[in-house]
Amino acid sequence: MAYFMIFITAVFVNNIVLSQFLGICPFLGVSKKISTAAGMGFAVMFVMTIATIATFLIYYTFLQPYNLTFMTTVTFILVIAALVQMVEIIVKKVSPPLYQALGIFLPLITTNCAVLGIAILTIQKNYTLTAGICYALANAMGFTLAIVIFAGIRERLADTEVPSALKGTPLALITAGLLSMAFMGFAGISQ
Amino acid sequence: MNKTSLENLTRGIIRENPTFVMLLGMCPTLGVTTSALNGLGMGLATLFVLILSNVAISLVKGIIPPKVRIPSFIVIIASFVTVVDLLMAAYLPALHAALGIFIPLIVVNCIILGRAEAFASKNNIWQSVLDAVGMGTGFTIGLTSLGIVREVLGNGSIFNYSFIAEDANPVLLFIMPPGAFLALAALIILFNRLRKAE
Repeated sequence: MAYFMIFITAVFVNNIVLSQFLGICPFLGVSKKISTAAGMGFAVMFVMTIATIATFLIYYTFLQPYNLTFMTTVTFILVIAALVQMVEIIVKKVSPPLYQALGIFLPLITTNCAVLGIAILTIQKNYTLTAGICYALANAMGFTLAIVIFAGIRERLADTEVPSALKGTPLALITAGLLSMAFMGFAGISQ
Repeated sequence: MNKTSLENLTRGIIRENPTFVMLLGMCPTLGVTTSALNGLGMGLATLFVLILSNVAISLVKGIIPPKVRIPSFIVIIASFVTVVDLLMAAYLPALHAALGIFIPLIVVNCIILGRAEAFASKNNIWQSVLDAVGMGTGFTIGLTSLGIVREVLGNGSIFNYSFIAEDANPVLLFIMPPGAFLALAALIILFNRLRKAE
């Protein structure tokens, strides 16, 4: 039940993009088409889960026992950057179709603050490894949900005539604002 | 001050403003600007890291092999972020708590790595400092103005000084997440209008 609550809270109530504001860059940048948005979503899901497991293990086997917790930021960002490279190489070798689908998104993920953010939050929230994995997976699904819905709206908006002052970023931000407002409707579920 | 220096200093404030024009560092921009003070604090923390990382990177630019340049930059930036994180936790605990996760996340703020790669790794220290000051100031202005708009509309106060009656209802929406998107959209429209009029 606790895991279920973590899940619902992360996907709907505290949506990573629309209420915690992590991963805004890919959310605004790769959301013009539903197919690329979904690709980005799945790539994030993959990397975020693996990164959370790796950083969790490193934190509790090295950093905490040796009082090196002040090194968290430096260690985590390096681990994530190395991990993304490694995932890219492995996926390329093992599963070319998957690489075709996710390949172009993987390098972008290193600078995606959502991955580092969730890795740090998992530690800050004192989750166990299983709860942490559940938390990372749920947040990544929340990201995918938000970016796919957003891309769907933007695809429709591309065909409409908008006032010239709103064209481009302002319209995207207003759309995101309305989407965020819609997600506020879930706020009552978790308590 | 000669023309290039002036140009490097002012570029980040208007023509390439990170918040309103380049749309860099959007996560902290939207995430922490629930009040003017938080926006200012975040802007200054980023400014500080940006100056230090630009100085360090322009100092070591000749030593780092080009192949491992990005990871090296990230380590340099992450070290300065840790310094700022620990300093803020010690001397400004309230602000540190309010900014929360976004302080360690300065390390993935695209402005900093972007300036390291595009400017500090190609220019001397003095010009890199000017560039960092300009970009950091542009970012601070962006965050503070967004914070002011959201605090005035959403809380009826400015820099924590309340100016509305106690039983009045401000537009709470503006300090909640959707308000961040809407206020930033409005500010970008305004900024574009002003730039065009110029």
